[in-house]
Amino acid sequence: MAKIVVDVMLKPEILDPQGNAVASALPRLGFSFANSVRQGKRFEIDIDGEPTAAQLAEVEKAAEVLLSNPVIENYVVRVEK
Amino acid sequence: MRVGVITFPGTLDDRDAARAVVVGGAEAVSLWHGDADLKNVDAVILPGGFSYGDYLRCGAISRFAPVMQLVIDAANKGMPVLGICNGFQVLCESHLLPGALTRNSDLHFLCRDQEIEIVNNQTPWTSSFKQGEQIVIPLKNGEGSFQCDDQTLAMLEGEGRVIARYVGENPNGSRNLIAGITNAKGNVVGLMPHPEHAINEQTGPSAQGLGFFTSILNAMVK
Repeated sequence: MAKIVVDVMLKPEILDPQGNAVASALPRLGFSFANSVRQGKRFEIDIDGEPTAAQLAEVEKAAEVLLSNPVIENYVVRVEK
Repeated sequence: MRVGVITFPGTLDDRDAARAVVVGGAEAVSLWHGDADLKNVDAVILPGGFSYGDYLRCGAISRFAPVMQLVIDAANKGMPVLGICNGFQVLCESHLLPGALTRNSDLHFLCRDQEIEIVNNQTPWTSSFKQGEQIVIPLKNGEGSFQCDDQTLAMLEGEGRVIARYVGENPNGSRNLIAGITNAKGNVVGLMPHPEHAINEQTGPSAQGLGFFTSILNAMVK
């Protein structure tokens, strides 16, 4: 069984109020490492066997149509061992 | 004159929208998200709420509801469609309108009476208003910040496709204070604040929201 991961992030130019809220909470808790924080979504998709090129192409399509909104988000599809 | 009002699982404002349609002088027709028939309506309203629980993104799942395939086809052929709040989000996700609605810039869910200016009264949903008329109707949402790229923004502004703007301080971070837009044909309108909650001064901040519902009646009678 393999796992296909789709990471969806807001495009860099889109304001991310949630990420900003996390970034401003960190120093209040004593964490001083962060210049900025961006928050995104991660989808984990289980499939049988190793993914074929055709399956990965399908996942790319699903990421484009459903999992992300290309107007405001970018996505990356990868296979996790 | 039959105006359809769609109910998705999680829709909240369908009854107020249907009532506003009736007070405006038309017949309200209930449509269900699973319907494969638009019941001969002349126009459609997508009301506010949290369709499909706002799962994934606001409006992202609703876009694929059976009734939406019919709405998208009809809208592309020129049928008037009004999306209010969550309905606006559904129209953007359906690519009937450009841009997207994102989290309010201060992260708060806002619920307040909001002044807006009608800046395009040439659509079938805004023709009862005077150009530049300022009205007060409720604004209530968590993800009402209108975002798009610079090119899209220039197109919307250049073609007069912004139909309403917030007056005063920007409530949610929307680009250019945009509260509502229309498509290239002018038949599809998305609006973040809620005119259907402002049709009677006893239950709303004004009765000025009624203009959206009398507009559609006038557009159809012409």
